[in-house]
Amino acid sequence: MSRFKKGDKKEMPGITSSSLSDIVFMLLFFFMVTTQMRDTEQKVKITTPEASEVVKLERKDLNAYINIGSPTLQYQQAYGTDARIQLNDSFRTTDDIRDFIAAERDSKSEADRQLMTVSIKADQDVRMGIVTDVKQELRRCSALKIMYSARKPAK
Amino acid sequence: MAKKTPAINSSSTADIAFLLLCYFLMTTTMGSHFGLSRRLPPMPDPNQKIEDQKVNRRNIIVVKINSADRILAGTDAIDVSQLKDKIKEFLSNPANDPNLPEKEVKEIEGYSKGTYPVSKGVISLQNDRGTSYQAYIAVQNELVKAVNELRDDFSTKEFGKKYSLLDEDQQKIVRDCVPQNISEAEPKDVGKRR
Repeated sequence: MSRFKKGDKKEMPGITSSSLSDIVFMLLFFFMVTTQMRDTEQKVKITTPEASEVVKLERKDLNAYINIGSPTLQYQQAYGTDARIQLNDSFRTTDDIRDFIAAERDSKSEADRQLMTVSIKADQDVRMGIVTDVKQELRRCSALKIMYSARKPAK
Repeated sequence: MAKKTPAINSSSTADIAFLLLCYFLMTTTMGSHFGLSRRLPPMPDPNQKIEDQKVNRRNIIVVKINSADRILAGTDAIDVSQLKDKIKEFLSNPANDPNLPEKEVKEIEGYSKGTYPVSKGVISLQNDRGTSYQAYIAVQNELVKAVNELRDDFSTKEFGKKYSLLDEDQQKIVRDCVPQNISEAEPKDVGKRR
């Protein structure tokens, strides 16, 4: 009988927390691999239109983004509510696209330049006029690979 | 005799790692970028003489979207929901209608039967400056959907699998047999500017 009731109160062993850091590091690496740096501040409001036949974009590093939409609330005082083009961090016009594309091209390696895709992120309410202007300008700069950013419809 | 080094207290590494984790959570975005891929036609050379590209009228379908987002495909005004079937009929031309695009028997590299009658149909998409982007993408989407469904039909018939499940070489064969010819015409400004 006494075999099971040996000694007095047993002390709970402390839980080792040494593996906790490993777990957290694993999480950290997961996020580092699957996410990308948020490099620009969104100055225009963009709700991309829905499309069911979208394809996933490969090689995100080969991308240049052109944002089109109406400025967000804090910029509406200065820029109005009309649809504007945002390149990198500032509001631009179609004339600046040439420089923008040239700069983006320069930042890519020689072999990847042909594969550069220009992603047009436009709000669903903008008119095609401004998008057409951008497209024409892109054709002039011979940046012909483009992508209309869209999202999958919620099922 | 060397002195024994005391164990380094490692309980704070977890906290440090958490801090790093939080930093990355705040500054990065999840990689979910989707879209419709397109290739723009190159700008025509101004020095080059405009050659009269004779495209047979039966081989081209003009899809127009006006500033009120109404769609005209070929000769009749239709709704977006009908567009896909119209395009599919146009591209596949199952009954060999003389008003629908002709087919050219082409040799396809790697294809087991050697040749396949490839449709010469081209979809020409025209939009107005006043067209909303949403309507434009909806139409683009329907066009892609039509082509994708034709490709799926073809690949199930030939390979018994859906197009997306085929390997690289087989996909290329399907792409050659069912091409995606969408041309975006030079922009026109007819509607009222907004």
